[in-house]
Amino acid sequence: MPKHESSSALVPDENAAPASDPALRHHFDDLAQQHEAATLGMWLFLATEVMFFGGLFSAYMIYRVWYPGTWGDASRTLDITLGTVNTIVLITSSLTMALAVHAAATNERRKVMSFLVVTMVLGVAFLGIKSFEYYQKFAEHHVPGLDFRFEGQAPERANLFFSLYFAMTGLHALHMIIGLGILSVILYMAWRGRFTEAWHTPVEISGLYWHFVDIIWIFLFPLLYLVDRHR
Amino acid sequence: MNQQAHAASHVIVPRSMYFTIFAALIVLTGLTTFVAFFDLGLANPIVALSIAVLKASLVVLFFMHMKYSSRLTWIIGGAAVFWLGILLVLILSDYAMRGWGG
Repeated sequence: MPKHESSSALVPDENAAPASDPALRHHFDDLAQQHEAATLGMWLFLATEVMFFGGLFSAYMIYRVWYPGTWGDASRTLDITLGTVNTIVLITSSLTMALAVHAAATNERRKVMSFLVVTMVLGVAFLGIKSFEYYQKFAEHHVPGLDFRFEGQAPERANLFFSLYFAMTGLHALHMIIGLGILSVILYMAWRGRFTEAWHTPVEISGLYWHFVDIIWIFLFPLLYLVDRHR
Repeated sequence: MNQQAHAASHVIVPRSMYFTIFAALIVLTGLTTFVAFFDLGLANPIVALSIAVLKASLVVLFFMHMKYSSRLTWIIGGAAVFWLGILLVLILSDYAMRGWGG
């Protein structure tokens, strides 16, 4: 990234950000550069996360091509109503997260805190509904490795579907739990009045993470619940 | 670049934009669930995934502010999609050519 035009040691550079901002780390020219670096770092991390989930999506894709019939039978045992409701819950949490970031940019501390709390409540609601779905799967003996039974044909293939179902939704739920931990820290920082109009980068990049987890679910929902529903 | 980054860090979009995107995401969620009950043959997974891609794009562009981000951020986001494409396409073509499984 190009640096500032080097200013004379004697003449103060009028364009330079005031070095007095306590949020500015010494190795950055100004807050804008610091913000850009943090944002890029988060996007790089999310790019590695795409590959992390990509492995599971690949496994899903191969087995679905091989066993389309069983994939449909197993997929239809999932509760489409709970799946749709959970999708709406998660999308709403993305809206409130975006509003929290907006409130941080306009320096409305109480709104930042309220929107973060609502986002976290919706995140917990998502995990609650997901737990109930897991409970149903346990009750139906659809959990691989635990007295697994499947009514349809080819139970050993259905076993693969449910293994992937638990791996993908479980990894997604783990990301949600980590996200709740991150938002707790952000909430504490907001409560302590750490964010200003000029510097609220942690709120923004935590928002990027939260939206990313939402996007993973946007793909998991149709792949696991919807694609074979009509048969 | 510095100017651009500076502008990007201070972009504040009107709050109504977030509600518009939210409404679009909810409508698309309802649509994808509704369409799933109709037999469209091969088109079922295509429609479901197209709606998912559209929803993900709305989240990335507006909720994640990609629309207002620097070119470098676009390159990283694009690279993520490109690499995922390599992963999925090459694995699928490999398995298809070998005739394993099924």
